[in-house]
Amino acid sequence: MHLDFERDIVEIQEQIDKLLDLADRRGIDVSDEVTVLRSKLQDLKEKTYANLTPMEQVQVARHSQRPYTLDYVARVFTDWVELHGDRGYRDDEAIVGGWARLGGRSVMIIGQQKGRDMKENLRRNFGMPHPEGYRKALRLMQQAEKFGRPVISFIDTPGAYPGLGSEERGIGEAIAFNLREMSRLKVPIVSVVIGEGMSGGALGIGVTDRILMLEHSIYSVISPEGCAAILWRSAEHKEKAANALKLTAKDLHAIGICDEIVPEPRGGAHEDWDAAADVLQEALDRTVSELEKLTVKKLLAQRWAKYEAIGAWRDS
Amino acid sequence: MAWFRKDKKPLKAEDRRDVPTDVFDKCKGCGEILYRERLAQNLNVCPTCGYHLRIGAHAYISILMDAGSFEEFDADLRAADPLGFSDLKDYPTRIAAAEAKGKNEGLLSGTGTLEGIDVVLAVMDFDFIGGSMGSVVGEKIARAGLVALKKKIPFMIVSASGGARMQEGIYSLMQMAKTSTVLARIHDEGLPFISILTHPTTGGVTASYAMLGDVNLAEPGALIGFAGPRVIEETIKQELPQGFQRAEFLQEHGMVDRVVDRRELKAMVGTILRHQFAGWSD
Ligand SMILES: [Zn+2]
Repeated sequence: MHLDFERDIVEIQEQIDKLLDLADRRGIDVSDEVTVLRSKLQDLKEKTYANLTPMEQVQVARHSQRPYTLDYVARVFTDWVELHGDRGYRDDEAIVGGWARLGGRSVMIIGQQKGRDMKENLRRNFGMPHPEGYRKALRLMQQAEKFGRPVISFIDTPGAYPGLGSEERGIGEAIAFNLREMSRLKVPIVSVVIGEGMSGGALGIGVTDRILMLEHSIYSVISPEGCAAILWRSAEHKEKAANALKLTAKDLHAIGICDEIVPEPRGGAHEDWDAAADVLQEALDRTVSELEKLTVKKLLAQRWAKYEAIGAWRDS
Repeated sequence: MAWFRKDKKPLKAEDRRDVPTDVFDKCKGCGEILYRERLAQNLNVCPTCGYHLRIGAHAYISILMDAGSFEEFDADLRAADPLGFSDLKDYPTRIAAAEAKGKNEGLLSGTGTLEGIDVVLAVMDFDFIGGSMGSVVGEKIARAGLVALKKKIPFMIVSASGGARMQEGIYSLMQMAKTSTVLARIHDEGLPFISILTHPTTGGVTASYAMLGDVNLAEPGALIGFAGPRVIEETIKQELPQGFQRAEFLQEHGMVDRVVDRRELKAMVGTILRHQFAGWSD
């Protein structure tokens, strides 16, 4: 699968494939041509991915071949033990959680999980959690607190699910309660936006000491489509909305909401899952190590100060 | 209950007669033409059917606070435009239009007494850009909460909101975290927080402070939810059941403690605060 702005990249890749195929069948040496094309391809990828528009960033963040939470879990951590259920209603597979090891320490992992195909997406509700998902997440975060272990939260959701059961079982309350409890959790807590972080559904596992964002991830109060439908009265204006919302990692880092941008392999994390995971592992290990040095009192004071400082207003 | 859903039937000829709107209001619940002054005396609750008409922030302050006790603070905080946001209009133009109606922002806050109990009260104003939560609303709530924390007195918020102030982007989203952080500290300090939900309370406000009361009280018939009814209908491709996301539905499903008639609200809060909190003198 490729995105519309990748047309030239795909064309060069096809030329390379054709040449290699030709070489294979006719036994000709094409290595010089292939080397030139590969270097051209690398340059083009670099140039394209360094200059994505906000809406193109949105497309990359939602790329169907992008690594999801469990893909990182398998590469960044060891000794993964998934734990299921909120102890109240059911197991919501749109949020996964469990124990794993990172750099010699045990950590609790929470993450929104999209499905790779239609069958898995039905099970995981396209990564859109119900209340019980947020309640499972909180149960596991409090378990981490009990044992003094850090929490790492992976954000990747189009939003909390807007449905009958979701409202009946109190999706608003579930998110609200998580916000309050995460702000007073007595262990280090780090979030990383790996794909799309949309609205309160993302924030529901996102009140953390540090907010990391993968280079091509996005974080926003509303999707560009949703924003365009309301403010421009048509989803067709999504590009304008994407520009206005300042939802890219770069924009959010510039205004201090994102604490660190985690670089992705050229061409995006979907091009090389292992390389993306390596960079993320280093960033997470380093960030958790920094936070572990703080006393609980200092940790909470910093977390409160971080959130209480967010906003912009005039005094007059 | 009659006020759940507006009748979709076309108006009958006699309903179209001109109502002199400066003196009379028409009840949205039962269609009765009501003398405005009489309605105001009844706290804008229809005497015939009990429908709760929407009222502004100042009205809630006079309903809940002892006469003359309320002192507003942070009245000078006004919206800024941190993202340089522009849609069909630019954001500063929208702010100026809202402010021209004589309102500074979507929330009033201050201290006062309720049946003699010192409290901090914050009231949202739906008339200011749909009661949307931007930086000013979040900052005012955070500051109000810190006053309650410092004075060790109860905190109350009356909510009415269409959700996030999209023009403030991520800043708007993060106000949910900011306000919840302050409420965590109030919780840890053992201070009461009473949330009063009025029509409508949706989006990020529902998913933060409005649902975090030790006691959540809701006015009859108030629409309360995270996703708006239209978004849900578009998602599930079916019409929503009668009474869905109304205050009574939320009580039934365990999300609000009580549905309380506006005319009994002050007495109810007083009783609850006396039960909860021994830190005041009578
Ligand atoms: Zn009526």
